[in-house]
Amino acid sequence: MSGVMVGVDVGGTFTDVFVLDETNGAASVAKVPTTRPDQSGGFLDGIGKQVDDLSKIAVVVHGTTAGTNALLERKGAKIGAITTQGLRDVLEMRRRDRPRTWGLRGDFEPVVERENRLEVPERTLADGTIRTKVDLEAVRKAAKQLLEQGCDAVAILFANVYANPENEMSAVAEVRAMWPNAHVSCSSEILPEIREFERFSTTALNAYLQPEVSGYLHRLEDALKSGGFSGEFMIVQSNGGVMGVETACHYPIRTALSGPAAGVIAAGYIASCAGYENIITGDMGGTSFDVSLIAEGESMLSPQTSIDFGMVVRTPMIEITTIGAGGGSIAWVDKGGLLNIGPESAGSNPGPVAYGLGNDRPTVTDANIVLGRIDPENPIGGKLERLDVEAASQAIQKHVGEPLRLDKIQAAEAILRVANSRMAGAIRLVSIERGFDPKRFAFMPFGGGGALHTGAMLAEAGIPRAIIPRYPGVTSAMGCVIADMRQDFVQTINSLVSSLDENTLLEFMQAHVDQGLKTLDAARAKFLSRELKFELDMAYIGQTHTVSVPLSVKTDGTRVVAPTRAEIEEAFDKAYSDTFGRLLKTGVRRILNLRSTVTGKRPKFDLKTLAPATIGEVKPKATRKVHFGDQWHDTAVYARLDLPVGTIIEGPAILEQPDTTVLIEPNLIGKVDAFGNTIIENKEAG
Amino acid sequence: MSDIDQITLSVLAGRMEQIADEMDATLFRAAFNPIIAEAHDASHGIYHAETGDTLVQGKSGLPIFVGVMSFAVKAVIEKAALDGGIQDGDIYIFNDAHIGGTHLSDMRLVRPYFRDGELFCYLASVGHWHDVGGAVPGNYNPGATEVFQEAFILPPVKLARAGVVNQDIIDILLRNTRLPQSAMGDLNGQLGALDLGIKRMDELLDDYGAQTVDSALVALGHRAEKLMRSELDNLPDGRWEAEDFLDNDGIVDEPLSIKVALEIKGNEMILDFTGSAPQCAGPVNIALPTTVATAYVAIKHIFPMLPANAGVMRPINVIVPEGSLLSAEFPAPTGGYTETILRMIDVVFCAFAKVSPEKVVANAYGTINALSIAGKKSDGKPWVMFSFYGGGHGGSIETDGLNHGNAPISTATIPPMEILEAAYPVMFKQWALRPDSAGAGSHRGGMGAVYEIEVLEKNGAEAFLFGERGRFAPKGIAGGEDAAMNVFSFEQDEGWEHPPLASKMRGISLKQGQSVRLETPGGGGYGAASDRDPSLIAKDVKNELVSEAAADGTYGTAWREYQS
Repeated sequence: MSGVMVGVDVGGTFTDVFVLDETNGAASVAKVPTTRPDQSGGFLDGIGKQVDDLSKIAVVVHGTTAGTNALLERKGAKIGAITTQGLRDVLEMRRRDRPRTWGLRGDFEPVVERENRLEVPERTLADGTIRTKVDLEAVRKAAKQLLEQGCDAVAILFANVYANPENEMSAVAEVRAMWPNAHVSCSSEILPEIREFERFSTTALNAYLQPEVSGYLHRLEDALKSGGFSGEFMIVQSNGGVMGVETACHYPIRTALSGPAAGVIAAGYIASCAGYENIITGDMGGTSFDVSLIAEGESMLSPQTSIDFGMVVRTPMIEITTIGAGGGSIAWVDKGGLLNIGPESAGSNPGPVAYGLGNDRPTVTDANIVLGRIDPENPIGGKLERLDVEAASQAIQKHVGEPLRLDKIQAAEAILRVANSRMAGAIRLVSIERGFDPKRFAFMPFGGGGALHTGAMLAEAGIPRAIIPRYPGVTSAMGCVIADMRQDFVQTINSLVSSLDENTLLEFMQAHVDQGLKTLDAARAKFLSRELKFELDMAYIGQTHTVSVPLSVKTDGTRVVAPTRAEIEEAFDKAYSDTFGRLLKTGVRRILNLRSTVTGKRPKFDLKTLAPATIGEVKPKATRKVHFGDQWHDTAVYARLDLPVGTIIEGPAILEQPDTTVLIEPNLIGKVDAFGNTIIENKEAG
Repeated sequence: MSDIDQITLSVLAGRMEQIADEMDATLFRAAFNPIIAEAHDASHGIYHAETGDTLVQGKSGLPIFVGVMSFAVKAVIEKAALDGGIQDGDIYIFNDAHIGGTHLSDMRLVRPYFRDGELFCYLASVGHWHDVGGAVPGNYNPGATEVFQEAFILPPVKLARAGVVNQDIIDILLRNTRLPQSAMGDLNGQLGALDLGIKRMDELLDDYGAQTVDSALVALGHRAEKLMRSELDNLPDGRWEAEDFLDNDGIVDEPLSIKVALEIKGNEMILDFTGSAPQCAGPVNIALPTTVATAYVAIKHIFPMLPANAGVMRPINVIVPEGSLLSAEFPAPTGGYTETILRMIDVVFCAFAKVSPEKVVANAYGTINALSIAGKKSDGKPWVMFSFYGGGHGGSIETDGLNHGNAPISTATIPPMEILEAAYPVMFKQWALRPDSAGAGSHRGGMGAVYEIEVLEKNGAEAFLFGERGRFAPKGIAGGEDAAMNVFSFEQDEGWEHPPLASKMRGISLKQGQSVRLETPGGGGYGAASDRDPSLIAKDVKNELVSEAAADGTYGTAWREYQS
């Protein structure tokens, strides 16, 4: 099926829409204000700006923060839990951690109140033996009580279900038969993996999101349909793949990091088109700097994250490392005389001092303004008329300059130096610390502020070049359109390789494949190809942390051919020595989990359709003074989107577009490539 | 020396902290034993070339090590002088707690970092090994009267000379543990962390030059000192005392006093532990390095923003009487040091609460509850399930205490029940919060826990417990009330029994189907119970965290109007 594809990313301030007409390859973008509390208004408004007739649309893909926000703001449903006798408090007891190492303060309330966590007699042992068959009468009674207590969704949380889900499956069938809606989650469906707290938490948070997220998605779908849309509606998952809207309603927890994941997918595609398979992305927002690494075209995935203290989500998600250094992060000098950036932030409201909305402490953005890097007359985002440079200077002078005996310009430079150093630290964390050499990578800033700090990232983290995408502000919406359809499965095996039952492993692998392919078959989206991947989490016996061991598995059509023990051992030895540099001669190899991925590869569009003209005039629209190092430079300012392919701009220069400012420092040079990206390098490198 | 500009200093502070953090992460990933890999009972840092003082320490390691590691480095500096000096590529290893603090389970590796042929600083790695020999698997021997019964003792010796590892030392180590593979895995991980630290220091000095980095290290010490002094300056002068007790030492059933007098004078502070019990027969003694390090941990909990740098301790004088259990002499046993230092933190908090209650939290559950259950499987293979268990944290001016937290000296998480059940022949019948275990207050303490564990193994098993707070409850502050005490019980043919020494016992024989039950203390309350919001009391009752009777008894009956 071919037609118009639409990607929609709903952010805190703007809703971005990316439209691709597959019949002629034409692409266009739109940015409209996000509507609150019902985001569907902005959603439809944004699509309407680009497409007059919704019936022409084949696919709408949505990157959503509805789940993330409901978790962060604790605005999920009232839910209940039915657990194994003796284990109702696991959710509240966590892994016996605490919010902060030092100070011992703070408490924790789980998303299910204790009166809504009910126990039933049942018990499965670690080897899968059922010691106590589940008491279904008790299950029915518990479900009834939870309904009476006003619960809208329920989670079934039994022990050791990774080894045998029978008790839990009987219980969930019983509850589904009597529960008035579809909001019944059970831990063996969500995550058949050993570790009860992580599994219970993920399952409970799924139930917590189900009414809210499925309600929101159905409202959107209805609105699209009533506008004539008859195509397929899909949602971006935290793993960077898309899923059908019905899957998303069953497993809303998979959307926990939907929005940022789509951005990383697009960044990877843009870089790959431009000829770079290794990139580090940096998304600078108001309160944070989010970094992610793509090596050989593959995003790094992390197995779990904590949305907040005690709110653990264990589903594969694109690994995004966040530090509290954004444009709104506050610069302050501590009692020991050290300059610090963040973690406190003025965010976007009240925002930097220069916004004049009530904050009087200097931020990173204020330093950029005082140094002339941001145009005070044309603030990006279009909300404000102009920025108050004088107020920003005074705040920097008072809070940073005076305590450190620096003038306001030196103080502003100092703020940027410390902020840049923290941002570069995050880049070192995802690259050097994981064994990746930054010299082999390109830096890709996106979001509003990242492109102001490009030069510093190159210098401090030792990255040779940066790629600024043509539309850094709509990367996530573009990512929606190009993301593959991807499903991840996990099953705990818990066996020594020497005593592995290869047939059991094969059955699990085949079940994952069957389920994954069935979902792809049911989708109406077009796939170029289908891809199966298998990994085992393995370790030596006695070792705690596992290594991911990729298995090269043969298939016969859609039938999986079982890997042999020898093949598994060989694959483990390779992965282990790659990770730790050596093998243990007497070690006994153990398999903990099977992880399978079934992906439908979606067709990509030609990025050149977004490229600028190949000829045109290159002329600065203005000149302004910008401070670099220890002096002011007359700096040419260009309208970035008008620059033709092949343009070369020597630093110092500033390239402006409606939602982004690109800074080219005096020692750098920028080139517009065939796709309209700006490639920034050292002058001598060029 | 110290004329480094403030901005470079800010940048370097972050870079060096990142080096120590990365060493932590390297060991956590590579370590075999869950006490390091999962519970993060380890630490890494950068230490002064001449004094051994802590310059920078990783954020993710165990809090108690932040203060104690400098003693390990000092011990190596002294030993190296006797050995005829130290050279590039040398690595010292030891576990002697009387020299390096804490207990024999903590294996310390110290390695000099040379730059252009000159000693620049030391890097060190410490990690809690799963087993280091001795009478009891896992090394918490409540019956030890000499350190020799706790584990084998390794004084500071050279594991490597000029980059060449001495296999003899490794052979001795591996012959002295019940779990040689685990020990080898952990040792490899620690060596890897040190290798990485050296590499990162090289890169840092390449970028900034030795002179600048050295100046930064000096300046960071001054800054830490200045921060501490400014905090003390803001507090009133005076002297405040507090006292609490350990149940017993595991040998003689008599309480042991831990006493502190806290004195603030201008921008200096004295922590005087004079009056604390004399050195005792059992393993709750601690060596002087541990005592000083613990004072630091307590202070850092009160002022969490202070950096992990020895400069913090310059304005603080810790007085420890000779002959007391806080300055135990070799070969006094120290295996249960965790209990004593937890009590030290409790008394420092209680004394500080008299100066400035809003800066402290009420006492946490105050015992590590090291419980091991061990035996032989039907195929003859030995198994040891060893873990620490959690309890409630104290209330503070901000919130109620945290339910089921980890100990203030640690950031350790508990292994998942399912991992334990998969590895050992046991089943947890209960893994739950313990109602009515928290101290009442306007902000009550957090709840302790109940763990009930049944032995599934046909051959039965043996249990060992090292715990505290069975006779003296965790205290409330600012008018808050005390929490419930620790209760341990075990099932025998005649029914449930309790250890004669409350929370310490070894060699408890359990048959298949019999269980042990550990009920841990909650945290103390903050502020008067009468000031608690009655709707919160009603909520606790509704959630069965506080029984109706207990609510009526401690808070009065006003809450009943808020019952829904």
